Amino acid sequence: MLANLTSIDSLFYLAGLVAVIASLKVVTGHNTVHALLYLVVSLLAVAVCFYLMGAPFAAGLEVIVYAGAILVLFVFAVLMFGLGKDETTNAPKHTGLANMLGAMLLAFALLVEIIVIINNADMQQNLQATVISSKTVGIMLYGPYLLAVEIASFLLLSGLLASYHYAKPDVTGGPL
Amino acid sequence: MTTIPLFHVLILSSLLFAIGFVGVVARKNTLFILMSLEIMLNAVGVAFIGAGSVWQQADGQVMFILILTLAAAEVAVGLALLIRMQKKYHSLDIDLLNQMKG
Repeated sequence: MLANLTSIDSLFYLAGLVAVIASLKVVTGHNTVHALLYLVVSLLAVAVCFYLMGAPFAAGLEVIVYAGAILVLFVFAVLMFGLGKDETTNAPKHTGLANMLGAMLLAFALLVEIIVIINNADMQQNLQATVISSKTVGIMLYGPYLLAVEIASFLLLSGLLASYHYAKPDVTGGPL
Repeated sequence: MTTIPLFHVLILSSLLFAIGFVGVVARKNTLFILMSLEIMLNAVGVAFIGAGSVWQQADGQVMFILILTLAAAEVAVGLALLIRMQKKYHSLDIDLLNQMKG
């Protein structure tokens, strides 16, 4: 029974459930910052799913790039919107632990799951057998997918230029 | 070959995609629409990684990295447009954008 409970499958379903619940909370949320918090939890849950599917490199990228960089971009944008007045009128009256309890519980479930995976030697062995190493991914990226990588770099550069152009203040003028 | 069946991975992926799609269609706040777009891109990533792990090919992870770049560029441009919209209309309601200039 215990072996069944701690198999890779059931951990995957638990992480998927956390991802679905957190995503539902994002879509139905009213407070922007709370929705962002749940979005972080959703991305972390998907990262755990990636790890369980034998893609630790993708899981690390998900945490670093999605939850680390893109979500910080969201937070900075929310700061720039100057929603200060909106927050004071629409914020719930009771401030404290109750607001973040749901997200904390979901994140705690993910933490327990990761600890279980790392502690279980059998499961580690099973995962090691199915893993696709980052070396293979790197060889693929700079071999058959070289053109796609170049196009992605152009996409990032044009994204940078476009976001600078759209977000710069009007009064500064200038050619760009 | 992982123990997780591809069918269940695809169910999770389509659930997340459906949640994100409902968010894009139903929400009025443009910031929430962007967040739902992130959820949708993420769901596609789950499908790619699942397929890649079932067939033991690295292509799934390569496609996921490309999706990651796409998401980063999309969020940068989208948030810049939102900052512009907030400056002009002092609101993020997408219904304010229902008129063209010409």
